[in-house]
Amino acid sequence: MTFFLQLVVTGLVVGAVYAMVALGFVLIYKSSDVINFAQGELLLVGAYTCWTLVAVYHVPFLLAMAVSICVSLFLGIAIERMVLRSFINEPVISVIMATLGLSSAMRGILQVIWSTDTKTFPEIFPSAPVIIGPIAVSRVYLYSLFISLAMLVIFSLFFKYSNMGIAMRATADDQQAALSMGISVKVIFAATWAIAAVVAGIGGILLGNINGVNPSLSHIGLTVLPVAILGGLDSIPGAILGGLFIGVLESLSGGYLDPLLGGGVKEVAPFVVLVLILMIRPYGLFGQEIIERV
Amino acid sequence: MQLDLDRVSLHFGGVTALSEVSIQVKKGEIFAIIGPNGAGKTSLLNCISGLYRPSSGRIVFEGKDITHMSTHQRPLLGIARSFQNIELFSHMTVLENLMLGRHIKMKSGIVSGGLYWGKAQREEVMHREVVEDIIDFLEIENIRRKKVGTLAYGLQKRVELGRALALEPSLLLLDEPMAGMNSEEKEDMARFILDIAEEKGTTIILIEHDMGVVMDISDRVAVLDFGRKIAEGSPEEIQCNPKVIEAYLGEQVS
Repeated sequence: MTFFLQLVVTGLVVGAVYAMVALGFVLIYKSSDVINFAQGELLLVGAYTCWTLVAVYHVPFLLAMAVSICVSLFLGIAIERMVLRSFINEPVISVIMATLGLSSAMRGILQVIWSTDTKTFPEIFPSAPVIIGPIAVSRVYLYSLFISLAMLVIFSLFFKYSNMGIAMRATADDQQAALSMGISVKVIFAATWAIAAVVAGIGGILLGNINGVNPSLSHIGLTVLPVAILGGLDSIPGAILGGLFIGVLESLSGGYLDPLLGGGVKEVAPFVVLVLILMIRPYGLFGQEIIERV
Repeated sequence: MQLDLDRVSLHFGGVTALSEVSIQVKKGEIFAIIGPNGAGKTSLLNCISGLYRPSSGRIVFEGKDITHMSTHQRPLLGIARSFQNIELFSHMTVLENLMLGRHIKMKSGIVSGGLYWGKAQREEVMHREVVEDIIDFLEIENIRRKKVGTLAYGLQKRVELGRALALEPSLLLLDEPMAGMNSEEKEDMARFILDIAEEKGTTIILIEHDMGVVMDISDRVAVLDFGRKIAEGSPEEIQCNPKVIEAYLGEQVS
C-alpha cells in the first residue's frame, strides 16, 4: 500500500508539470488550430538557461528562474514574430510542419551549446524528505507540485477574468469577429506563444531539478501530446486533469508493470490509453464537439 | 460628410472586385447598398471595416484618413459591423458576447481586473449597464445567459447586432441583417435599425437584398453592379432608374 501511495504521489507531481506544459499546447491550439511540436524544445531552453545561471554563474535559484522565464517569454514572442507570422493565411498543416522544423533546429542548436551530457542542478531544495503519513516525499517534488498548481490556478483565472484572457478566448472562437471588436489578433498570437514558452520553461526547470537536464527532456513534448488530446485539445480543465491522469498512469505502470515486463511500459502506457479513450470519445474527455449545422 | 469613399478600387489578382467606387455618407442617415450577387457589396463593406485594404483610392472617416489603418483600431474610432454569415463567439453566452463589445473600452489592468477590486468593479458595473440597456432594447432578456451556439438563427442575428451596438459606434455596418429571416423577424429587425438611427443618431450602412425593406427604411441607396457604382439616390429615384432595372432584370429586348 505504501508503495502504491508513493507511486501515486510521484505521479501527481509529474502530472502537474505535464498539465502545465500541456496548457501551452492547448493555448496555441485553441487560438490558432496549430499543434506545436516544438513545445518539448521550449522546455529545454528554460531548463538549460536556468541550469547555466545556477551552476555556472552561481546566481540564486529564484533569480535564475525569473531570468529564465523572461528568456522563454521573449523566445516565444520571437518565434511567433519570425517564424509563424510569415505563415498567416497559409494552411494549418504548413504551420504544423514549420513547428516540426523549428523543433529539429532548436534541438540542434541546444546540443551545440550544451552538448548532450546530463547536467544536474546543484542541490537547491533541502534533501531531507517530508514524511506524510506512511510515505516520504522529497522536497523538490513538493515544491514542483506547489509551483505547477499555482501556475495552473493563475492561468485559469487569467483566462476567465482578465481582459487579455477574454480576448484570447474570443480570438480562439472567431478571429474575424475578434478583429471587428477591436482585438489585435497579432498581439493575441504573440501573447499565446509567450505564455506557451513560459509554462514550458517552468516545466523544464522543475523536471530538470528532479531528473537532470539532457536533450531527452524534450520528449516530454511528445508525452504532453496525449495529455492534451486526452483532455480534449481545446479544453484547459481537460489539460489539467489529463496531465494528472497521465502522470499517475505513467508512475503506476512504471512501478508495477515495468519489473514484470522488463521495462518500457511506462513510456507506452499513455499512448495505449489515449487510443482507447479516443475510440470512445473522439473529441477527448472535455473537448468541444464541433457540430456543423447545414 | 461622416464617411467619404474616394474612388476606391479593389483587385484580387486579375479580378476586379471594386472599381473607382465613390460614396459619401452623411451623419445619422441610413444608407443602403444594393446590387446583384457578386457586385462587390461585401467587399466595399470590408474595405470600410478594414478586413480588406483598397488597391487604390481613399477612405476618410470623420475627417481622418483610415485607408491604411489596421482593422482592430477602427472599432475605437466608432466603426462597428455585423457579418453576412454570423460571426459570433459561439462558445460564450449572449452576455459575454456583448461584454466583448466593451472590451476595448475597459481600462483596468490584469491585476485589479483579476481581483475585481475598486475601480475595476465600478468599471465593470458601468459596462454592464450599457450592455443591459442594449439587451433591453433588442428584447433578448430571456436568452442572455444562453450559449450563443444553441440559439435560433434569427436570434443569433439579433445578438450580433447587439454586440456591434455594445461598441457604441457612430457608424454601423450591417451586412445583410435580414438574410434568411421570416417576415416577422424582418419587421423586428427593420424596427431596430430605424430606432438605432433615430434614438442614438448612429449612421447605418446596410447591404440588403429585400427590396421592400430597403425602400422602406433607407434615406439613400447606392447600386453596385460588377464592382461599379451605377446609381445613387433616394429610394424613389432608384426604383425608376433604367440602369438599375437593367442590372436587375437584364436589357430590354427591342
